[in-house]
Amino acid sequence: MALIKDAAPAWLVLADGQVFRGKRFGDAGTSIGEVVFTTGMTGYQETLTDPSYYGQIVTQTFPLIGNYGVNSEDFESASSHVKGYIVREWCNTPSNFRCEDTIDSFLRQRHIIGLWGIDTRRLTRTLREAGVMNGVITTLDPAEHLEALLEEIRAYAVTQAVESVTGSEVHTFTPEQARYRVVLLDFGYKRYIRKSLMNRGCEVLVVPALTSPQEIAAMQPDGIMLSNGPGDPADNPQIIRNLRELSGLGIPMFGICLGHQLMALAMGAKTEKLKYGHRGANQPVIDLQSGKTYVTSQNHGYAVIGDSLDPDTAEVSHVNANDGTCEGVRYKSVNAFTVQFHPEAHGGPLDTAYLFDEFTSRMASYKEGK
Amino acid sequence: MGLRSGIKKVLVIGSGPIIIGQAAEFDYAGAQACRALKQEGLEVVLINSNPATIMTDKAMADHIYIEPLTLDTVKRVIEIEKPDSVLSTLGGQTGLTLSMQLAEEGFLDSHHVKLLGADPETIHKAEDRQAFKDTMEKIGEPCIPSKVVETVEDAVAFARVIDYPVIVRPAFTLGGTGGGIAYDEAQLRDIATNGLRLSPITQVLIEKCISGWKEIEFEVIRDSKGNVITVCSMENFDPVGVHTGDSIVIAPAVTLSDREYQMLRTASLNIISELKVEGGCNCQFALHPESMEYAVIEVNPRVSRSSALASKATGYPIAKVATRIAIGYTLDEIINQVTGKTYACFEPALDYVVIKFPKWAFDKFVYAKRTLGTQMKATGEVMAIGTSFEQAMMKAVRSTELGVDSMHMKKYEEMPLEELMAHIRDGVEDERAFQVFAALGRGVSVAQLHEITLIDEWFLEKLVNLIELERWLADGELTQEKYLTAKQYGYLDTTIERMSGQKCPMHRSAVFKMVDTCAGEFKAETPYFYSTYDEENEAEQFIARTDSGKKKVLVFGSGPIRIGQGIEFDYCSVHCVWTLKELGYEAVICNNNPETVSTDFDTGDRLYFDPLTPEDVDSIIETEKPYGVVVQFGGQTAIKLTRHLADKGVRILGTSADNIDAAEDRERFDELLEQCGIPRPQGYTVMTAKEAVKVADKLGYPVLLRPSYVLGGQNMIIAHNDQDVVEYMGIITSHMIENPVLIDKYMMGTEVEVDAICDGKDFLIPGIMEHIERAGVHSGDSISVYPAQNLSKRIRETIIEYTRRLALALEVVGLVNIQYVVYRDEVYVIEVNPRSSRTVPYISKVTGIPMVDIATKLLFGATLRELGYESGLYPEGDYVAVKVPVFSFEKLQDVDTMLGPEMKSTGECLGIGRTFEDALLKGLVAAGYDLKREGGVLISVRDSEKREMIRIADKFSRMGFELYATSGTASYLNRNMIATNTVRKISEGSPNTIDLLESGKIHYMISTSAKGRMPARDSVRMRRKSVERSICSLTAVDTANALANVLQSGRSMDDVELIDITTI
Repeated sequence: MALIKDAAPAWLVLADGQVFRGKRFGDAGTSIGEVVFTTGMTGYQETLTDPSYYGQIVTQTFPLIGNYGVNSEDFESASSHVKGYIVREWCNTPSNFRCEDTIDSFLRQRHIIGLWGIDTRRLTRTLREAGVMNGVITTLDPAEHLEALLEEIRAYAVTQAVESVTGSEVHTFTPEQARYRVVLLDFGYKRYIRKSLMNRGCEVLVVPALTSPQEIAAMQPDGIMLSNGPGDPADNPQIIRNLRELSGLGIPMFGICLGHQLMALAMGAKTEKLKYGHRGANQPVIDLQSGKTYVTSQNHGYAVIGDSLDPDTAEVSHVNANDGTCEGVRYKSVNAFTVQFHPEAHGGPLDTAYLFDEFTSRMASYKEGK
Repeated sequence: MGLRSGIKKVLVIGSGPIIIGQAAEFDYAGAQACRALKQEGLEVVLINSNPATIMTDKAMADHIYIEPLTLDTVKRVIEIEKPDSVLSTLGGQTGLTLSMQLAEEGFLDSHHVKLLGADPETIHKAEDRQAFKDTMEKIGEPCIPSKVVETVEDAVAFARVIDYPVIVRPAFTLGGTGGGIAYDEAQLRDIATNGLRLSPITQVLIEKCISGWKEIEFEVIRDSKGNVITVCSMENFDPVGVHTGDSIVIAPAVTLSDREYQMLRTASLNIISELKVEGGCNCQFALHPESMEYAVIEVNPRVSRSSALASKATGYPIAKVATRIAIGYTLDEIINQVTGKTYACFEPALDYVVIKFPKWAFDKFVYAKRTLGTQMKATGEVMAIGTSFEQAMMKAVRSTELGVDSMHMKKYEEMPLEELMAHIRDGVEDERAFQVFAALGRGVSVAQLHEITLIDEWFLEKLVNLIELERWLADGELTQEKYLTAKQYGYLDTTIERMSGQKCPMHRSAVFKMVDTCAGEFKAETPYFYSTYDEENEAEQFIARTDSGKKKVLVFGSGPIRIGQGIEFDYCSVHCVWTLKELGYEAVICNNNPETVSTDFDTGDRLYFDPLTPEDVDSIIETEKPYGVVVQFGGQTAIKLTRHLADKGVRILGTSADNIDAAEDRERFDELLEQCGIPRPQGYTVMTAKEAVKVADKLGYPVLLRPSYVLGGQNMIIAHNDQDVVEYMGIITSHMIENPVLIDKYMMGTEVEVDAICDGKDFLIPGIMEHIERAGVHSGDSISVYPAQNLSKRIRETIIEYTRRLALALEVVGLVNIQYVVYRDEVYVIEVNPRSSRTVPYISKVTGIPMVDIATKLLFGATLRELGYESGLYPEGDYVAVKVPVFSFEKLQDVDTMLGPEMKSTGECLGIGRTFEDALLKGLVAAGYDLKREGGVLISVRDSEKREMIRIADKFSRMGFELYATSGTASYLNRNMIATNTVRKISEGSPNTIDLLESGKIHYMISTSAKGRMPARDSVRMRRKSVERSICSLTAVDTANALANVLQSGRSMDDVELIDITTI
């Protein structure tokens, strides 16, 4: 039975009172979150398992989702942290040689509520104009208790994000021939960051977000990788303090996404919340050093304010070609560089993977100088 | 970086006549290029032999040469105009090849001309098979096991190594001409021999056949700084094995996971970076369906059909951006016009899917081989945009004008299942999607069909969705839920009612979404919309937001390019839009052809990319609420909408619906002619074969048969006896055409054509055109001469007078096209088309009268006198212009090249000169005639034409040609003192005519026959052989005579002046 005609209803209620009625897939129930959209045309599986989406209801602007099903190789983390999933149409007859399951079954297993059959473009345009807003995805008719629901929605905030997604113990991953040892601070890291490092001969020690600088130093790493992750970067004062301390060790540091934001805060800069963020696989970023533009994968709602960086200690290395926001920082006073986008891709373009090579060459110099 | 220094005057080389594999997409690309260059303040020189294009319009360039696209002519244009640069990548393969030849010969260097767009090394690496392989190997991109060979023996030897089946791909040929798949040695020998001959460098590639792999394409752009982006990915419905031009294509790719997608995307970027292309590039891949293995199939380092499609599919103007890059800009300097905020250095994100559906001419070429392979056969295509695959597919099918409104094709539904499965199993045919759909509907499983066709299950399952929806509709009450689901799946109300057998419970009109390159991420002001069934109507919001207070006018385009309805109607539609804008109206375009200028979103004030059926159009009208609509520039596609629109109370601008009907309805037309006192060949309307035979006998043979609503002579024949009539009536009824059939007395006279502009009171004839071939050869296939060369004053005046009477009687406001036949010194009317025609662009350009512009002004009440024109025939100019048709016979197997009442040409060229001979010489050269002045002429004509042949054969003989003929013709000519060698007929054993054609001795063949079409007939086989051997084949005595005269004049292209038509 391919044509989906007997689906139960489901709703999305936005904080501004708009109600979208569609159909349910995935799990049943009610779930509040911050409603965001992503424009990636492939990579839904990576999106669903990217911990940076913690606390968010994710909308796909591409209308046909689930075409190639779900496979166990392409997960970016073991679980999914999204609070809901919205598509125009999902595919219950996926086709791909690696396909193991449908997206519907994936969502059910992880108790994620899905909504389909709504005008996702209208929703996207709403979010673009009004900015990201909270909402609820529910399989119960919201009409009866709309006011109470709206109150709940408006009160919602993404909190304790990093604490919720980071691991609780140290895991060591060793490639066949390890040349470097990297500590990967797990703020909700994507697996491909780890894989990108391992592919370049790095032994990776994934450590919990709140691991102390002393413990990290004791691991004698050649480099420290600051991962991506969810939430408002300013909500992490302890981590920011730790990073400030770590940066004094002279060990090469490389930050991605939340890691980039936390590093900037640690160095005294400020971050801001963007109206509706950058989420997709087509964000153009200019590398100010080479003058070249790269297409990048992104998923963030906050950004580093470039002007807030102390010009004596840091400089903006990359900017977004569309809106000019800060996309990367190179530090002068400490051995660190960070980017807002995702050079590890998955999903998205692989064009900036060269940044991992820069990281390893920094590690090589560091080792030599030791 | 900005504009490169030293660029002030640029030569743009166009792609020439429309042929299969090189069509309107290059007019779109070329027009964009010219505009981009002009916007930079550069002086633009253009050469293109195709007069039907927008590109060769005065608004597009400063100096325009509608001259043959030969190396010598281009050199002469460079010498005359002294451009400092030449743009090579916007004129298809023709433009590219010419540019490369100019560069390699050192001509550009010695004339201090820069080559923009591609350097010879890049082209060499991309197009030379071995160099390409080496380059791919160097950067680690896998290719298919293959070898370049220059002899048949080497081909066979290599095939033994890699095993059959193998694909043969000739180097440097258009659209894969001469290629094919060989399953054994005999086939390989056959295909390789042909391929080697067609390749200008006598090279073919023998390649491992990887049929069944997924075929994926990426459109990539790179600038001089090394910035690289992909604009769009595309996936073929048909796996590798069918030419991408003949495949249903979906954008973006839908069955690839992110990992596969990024793998191929990265490969594309690596390839374009290694080739150092500056501009657009198309990369084709084969992807193994069960692994991550892939191979690069082909790279085109220029804009292409795919880039036109990608531009329309995404809103990203590839040709424009490629042009800017060619003159020095970088992607990060070029603003994305769609958002006005972002830069061209980004990748479009789609929030819809796009389907391209090819349009073939098999309805005309009844006996053509319908099997699809590596040789492209489609003449055109449509594109449909939808929020689901099903919706886009349904829209695409409607847009192709196949006479169906769903995936059901009666013949496959009624065919015994075994026979249907045999069609599916034995090679891919043009109607494969319909065959597969019928099989699924009859219970053949997805798995089984996948196994046979290797079409991805994803696509097959989508077709199953349509079947299930239709069953649901038919099952029980037609609820609102069912109705709305069906609407979202792309069904028309009439289709829903037919399938459910019930009235629709409600009516829902379409709403319109914007194509904005960014999936809604940024606010865009692109006036580019497609219909869907949602809540929000962005077009309505857009109209309210941008309300200028101007009246809105809708212009309907002409849909896909096909034989009989080509690029000329796009020229007319675009001109109409330009004039509307100039007059202060908001011009809105509705069309569905991705190759054209009309569907460039900044041609009109708004563009609706949708099918042109009554219901689709109704939704657009509901949203736009236009002041009026224009139907007369969109060919028969737009004209067909007239009655419906008039019934709905929509204002038809120009000639009224009632008068359009009066011209098209046979009985009303006859009455009209009677009133006007104008004779026409006697004729009757019949419905059955029996009636037809009776009427034909009464009229006396030969007679002309055709269905009452005609398009490009579709299904027209000349019947010489009862048997012909019966056969024809059989074909017509099998095509399910419910039109009555018209039978006319066939008059073999001179055909004359007139396009007139009329304001209801006065009329203007820019020029009278005379056809070289007698009536009986379709006007679109005739060589047409302006001004008419052989008409007496009396005849000319009669034609003017008849035109006046008809234009006034039909109360024509705008354009009207009238075809006459002059028979025994009397003028008869054959046909009146109350609309623009094929000849409008050509006549506009050679007379300097902007016909569409004037006609558009008349639609709003202007008069010819106000515009400064006298009533009657416009004074003739100093030049003679000859329009020569161009055919694509080498791409269509088994099609008889014999010209007749059914149109066969795909495009046309123009020759313009001070004398008729010069103009014809140019026209023939432009059309690809290799005017050899020595060698053999093979003559085989029917008895009735033998007498006329004496004169023509004599001309060839006197010029020193060796004459050959089959026994009858030879003895006839010899009896008349013209020395002719006798050749055996095919049935008489070797050596015969075929051997003679193979021998290379023959340069011209004059072959006519009483009746053709059946591929097995001798005459048809000879004509096919001449196509294969690229021998100039003349199938009408008039054409042969004209050609002989040109040869006799002794003039060559070197003797003829080149003309900048902007000075006319």
